[in-house]
Amino acid sequence: MNWIQAAISGVLLGGLYALYATGLSLSFGVMRLINLAHGDLAVMAAFLSSTLVLSFGGSPFWTILVLMPVGFGVGVLLQKVVFDRLVGVDPAFQIVATFGLSIVIQNALLKVYTADRRALDIGPLKTKAFKIAEVSIGLFPLLRFVVAVLVLVSLSLFLGRTSTGRAFRATSDDPEAARLMGINSRAIYMIASGIAVSTVFLAGIFSGAQTNFASSDGPGLLIFAFEAVIIGGLGSLWGTLAGGIALGLAQTLGAEQFTDWPAQLFGHVLFLIVLAVRPNGLFGRAEA
Amino acid sequence: MSDQIPTSKLGYSLGRRRFLALSGGSIAAAVLAACSKSNKGGGTTQAPSTTGGTATTSGSTGTTGAPATTTVGLTGGGGGDGTIKIGYVSPKTGSLAAFGAADDYVIKGINDLVKDGLRVGGKSFAVTILVEDSESNPDTAAAKAAKLIDQDAVDLILVSSTPETTNPVSDTAEASGVPCISTVAPWQPWLIGRGGKPGADASFKWTYHFFWGLEDVIATFLAMWGQVSTDKTVGGLFPNDGDGNAWGDKTNGFPTPLKNAGYTLVDPGRYENLNQDFTAQINAFKTAGCDIITGVVIPPDFPTFWKQAKQGGFVPKVASVGKALLFPESIKALGSDGAGLTSEVWWSPSHPYKSSLVGRSAKEVTDLYTSDTGNQWTQPLGFAHALFEVAFAALAAAGSADKTAVRDAIKTLSVDTIVGTVTWGGDGPSPNVAKTKLVGGQWRAAKTPTGFDLVIVDNSGNPDVPTGGTVEPITS
Repeated sequence: MNWIQAAISGVLLGGLYALYATGLSLSFGVMRLINLAHGDLAVMAAFLSSTLVLSFGGSPFWTILVLMPVGFGVGVLLQKVVFDRLVGVDPAFQIVATFGLSIVIQNALLKVYTADRRALDIGPLKTKAFKIAEVSIGLFPLLRFVVAVLVLVSLSLFLGRTSTGRAFRATSDDPEAARLMGINSRAIYMIASGIAVSTVFLAGIFSGAQTNFASSDGPGLLIFAFEAVIIGGLGSLWGTLAGGIALGLAQTLGAEQFTDWPAQLFGHVLFLIVLAVRPNGLFGRAEA
Repeated sequence: MSDQIPTSKLGYSLGRRRFLALSGGSIAAAVLAACSKSNKGGGTTQAPSTTGGTATTSGSTGTTGAPATTTVGLTGGGGGDGTIKIGYVSPKTGSLAAFGAADDYVIKGINDLVKDGLRVGGKSFAVTILVEDSESNPDTAAAKAAKLIDQDAVDLILVSSTPETTNPVSDTAEASGVPCISTVAPWQPWLIGRGGKPGADASFKWTYHFFWGLEDVIATFLAMWGQVSTDKTVGGLFPNDGDGNAWGDKTNGFPTPLKNAGYTLVDPGRYENLNQDFTAQINAFKTAGCDIITGVVIPPDFPTFWKQAKQGGFVPKVASVGKALLFPESIKALGSDGAGLTSEVWWSPSHPYKSSLVGRSAKEVTDLYTSDTGNQWTQPLGFAHALFEVAFAALAAAGSADKTAVRDAIKTLSVDTIVGTVTWGGDGPSPNVAKTKLVGGQWRAAKTPTGFDLVIVDNSGNPDVPTGGTVEPITS
């Protein structure tokens, strides 16, 4: 029964990792851009949410309605100011520029919010749970998982069914040709960045409600997002979900078997195994 | 140009390779960043060096050998005979920030007290207190201590709050030959964690510590658990840090005394601080049917564990956890789930002691703190104050700010502080350690700034402190 309990915790934790990874997967899929400040943006969102709650009261949930559009705006702005200059250039510039951005965000957060840890209080929901047989399922982790799936479903519908989505895929496949067909690739990039940042804002708020956060947590979150993307396979949003779940499962099941080992280790090991055995990831397209 | 077009034409397959290459580099970068901030625990030892600055001269004439008696008359005189510099390191921000929350208040009070100087050896010295924030990081703590010693040339270092702060600072002071007094870390992680040995021989030349030990917290927890009818099965939460390794240690920590007292300890092993998921631990406790939870958990981690335990339908009858449940703010963060949790109590308004500097009782000090700041009293408030009581007593006994004289004065110092009598060279576990006493408390709903108050429920470790009730089991 413990194993089932651990497996369910792992799947639900995987939902959070998938939510973290969605934006990373999208911005790489469309622009081939690696944003090393991805995790720091999540932490920033959690702090902003906490500021809003402290100023206006209520539950952190309403701040999602405010902060997701804000995240979209931040994404568009970052695209215009920073990322646009990085598309298609030597990847080393991407690393340096976004790593710099990560340091800037971390230090700005440190300056404003100090090194103190904070948590978002979601009230009684934080301990609510229901039981199926002997296995209990936390309501909040379940909600977080459902939200992650909804985000991925809607993104996938958006990419598959709308004309803007088609433009996304076209730009992703061949920006030059897409431009010849009259697609404004810069506008596409802005939308992609906007969506990426607003999903990671959502992830940051959900994570801040389950545990807690401090200004220097970003790089740690970035690792989970990376691993979820790589385990799942690039170019597949469903792969990202699967990758997140696999990562969560590796951590909780690993910790269940070897309680005196750090749980994160098992996620890293799975990541390395996938990289060695199936470098395209579980759902990645085969190499041409 | 040549860079751009092929990239886009090749599309996914090259992109994927590039992604892997990039992510390899980025993960390496992120891991580096993560490592640099990771807690290295009590193990951050700079090997104590014997090349101590103003080395040991036997002519420590300032030492009287007799216990120093200190009074309020210690201060005053205008401070015209030079300056004594005292460095103070504590975690004011970061995951241990709750420990340092009262520091600014205490230091402001001390600064007011000595604004007209401190009388030492018939002269009046101006006192400068240089405060540094460890940011809850052992590396930062060591760096700040080095800065205090090298740049500011302090005469004495004071350090407080958890082995992650006290140990790196003490090690730095020891290596540089600067006297250092530390507190608010059980003596085992401080002494043994730095490579010292209990016994009649001094382990360190320059660093001295006062606080209680694991034997006290074990006795206190056992006494509290004895008040409640349980199945005597205890789940242990011991993280992989200085405290967790000391508390969970098979020979010096919890396992042996608990076994001797008839309790079964379920220890799922060391977990990493700031853990995201406690399912494995909760499963282990549930399977074993633990009625009691104990451990030494950093303040941000306990709410994560407790939320998950409740989500998982696991509610023990007693939860006595060190470190995490010390602070009213931490209990408030748990909401109604905070009532009934039990903790070790090193100091409280019920403690019948007075400050040797300001003459106020513990109750007067906490009341004044609440009326001045609007915040509820915390235990480090008393110990931060006591640290300065001890420091000024040492300076008075030394008769000068000479490092060797101060160090020799601490060796035999005995001061009646607001946290009780602090005596080195007495019956402590090591000449470097002075022990204070411990009682047990339970959080109850109350009319305080946070809605909770810590009620003393066990005083077997220090009968001087009156109890305010007995342990009530956690019900939901």
